[in-house]
Amino acid sequence: MNFDAVAENLPLYLTGLVMSLQLLLLSLAGGLVLAVPLAVVRTVLLGWPSRLVWVYTYVFRGTPMLVQLFLIYYGAAQFDAVRDSWAWPWLSSATFCAWLTFTLNTAAYTTEIIAGSIRALPAGEIEAAKALGMSRSLMLRRIVLPAALRRALPAYGNEAIFMLHGTSLASTVTLLDVTGAAQQVYAKYYLPFEAFLTAGAFYLVLTLALVGLFRWAEHRWLKPMMSR
Amino acid sequence: MLHGFLPSLLQGSAVTLAVALSSLAIAAVLGLLGALAKLSRSRLARGVAGTYTTLIRGVPDLVLMLLVFYGGQLAVNSVAPMLGYEDYIDIDPFVAGVLTIGFIFGAYLTEAFRGAFMAVPPGQREAGLAFGMSPRQVLWRITLPQMLRHALPGISNNWLVLVKSTAIVSVIGLSDLMTRGKQAAGTTREPFTFFLAVGLIYLVFTSVSELFFAWAQRRLAIGTRAGKL
Repeated sequence: MNFDAVAENLPLYLTGLVMSLQLLLLSLAGGLVLAVPLAVVRTVLLGWPSRLVWVYTYVFRGTPMLVQLFLIYYGAAQFDAVRDSWAWPWLSSATFCAWLTFTLNTAAYTTEIIAGSIRALPAGEIEAAKALGMSRSLMLRRIVLPAALRRALPAYGNEAIFMLHGTSLASTVTLLDVTGAAQQVYAKYYLPFEAFLTAGAFYLVLTLALVGLFRWAEHRWLKPMMSR
Repeated sequence: MLHGFLPSLLQGSAVTLAVALSSLAIAAVLGLLGALAKLSRSRLARGVAGTYTTLIRGVPDLVLMLLVFYGGQLAVNSVAPMLGYEDYIDIDPFVAGVLTIGFIFGAYLTEAFRGAFMAVPPGQREAGLAFGMSPRQVLWRITLPQMLRHALPGISNNWLVLVKSTAIVSVIGLSDLMTRGKQAAGTTREPFTFFLAVGLIYLVFTSVSELFFAWAQRRLAIGTRAGKL
């Protein structure tokens, strides 16, 4: 084992780390912004809006994220209408396409997680809100969503970790994330163990940090609710 | 519509299915061993299994696959000359892919099986021992068959994730569904069409799997009572 080359290329890994973290945080944020309203549509508005959301989550949960990434990044170029449109500068950027894919993917999973925890709310909480004369939107804002989002925390923590691992796919569309940095170091020095073990260590530390973060969040927001 | 690439895509689908099923077989064996180790009284076994699941679940599958494929290549070729082989040995991407994915999902199945073993009432095991069965017989005849029903939702979830994970074997050059799609997209310059087709084939795989697991769940639940809410 010879980690000198890795140490020399530490700045490269750190550049990759910034890219990985940016992709992770921006797609988790985008996914959450999409998922909360979609989960409400999925559970509160029955009929075709709910079914439409189901089709979206089913398709995105049923296909590999790599296929989705290639479909958006390489696929968009097939149509002249897209190439000539205002959207082309965005869709020809690997960073934007990776972010868009990751966001749409995590939004699909998160929608189902939140919808599941909305459905699992104790009937008494909703009945109590109704008995207090709350309107539907007030009930959603003050009772249903706060309670459901807290209860979704453990499952959402797993999803965040899956997304962290998913960001490694960015390296397949030329982006320099942690995995991309490892591939460069491997190609330059032919040191597969050192290059990829270092990348793995970066991800492991990030995973443990996420686990710790969500444990703290559960302790802060979920536990007070459960201890009765 | 697919410019005659449909047979190629179907061949790729067969490779994808072969990778997925072989990986599942490895993962099931590792998962079972891992679960038994985690539930065993030996501190060493618990430690090894705990390290295994933590490490694997902390690192992306793509990184592990690159590590096994490129690292394995180097390791095999530095060990082989000592054993008298002179030629350069190429690692088969199928073997590297199946080993990596099997190894990864073995960690996830460890957790699924551990939970399922714990869901079998302890009285079942004790009754088996009281009948004079050896611990091994109790495992094979009593706990394992009953554990399977509780493990099914976990197996089902992991299988669906596993099928989708196989797409990354295309990165190490295995000629799976994803690779065939890439080749067709490059030749015809119609990437959207072909990645859409590839996506639809994966969707068929996952949909059929879900139907199968729903059926299996009903079958394994025969003779059990469920409380109605």
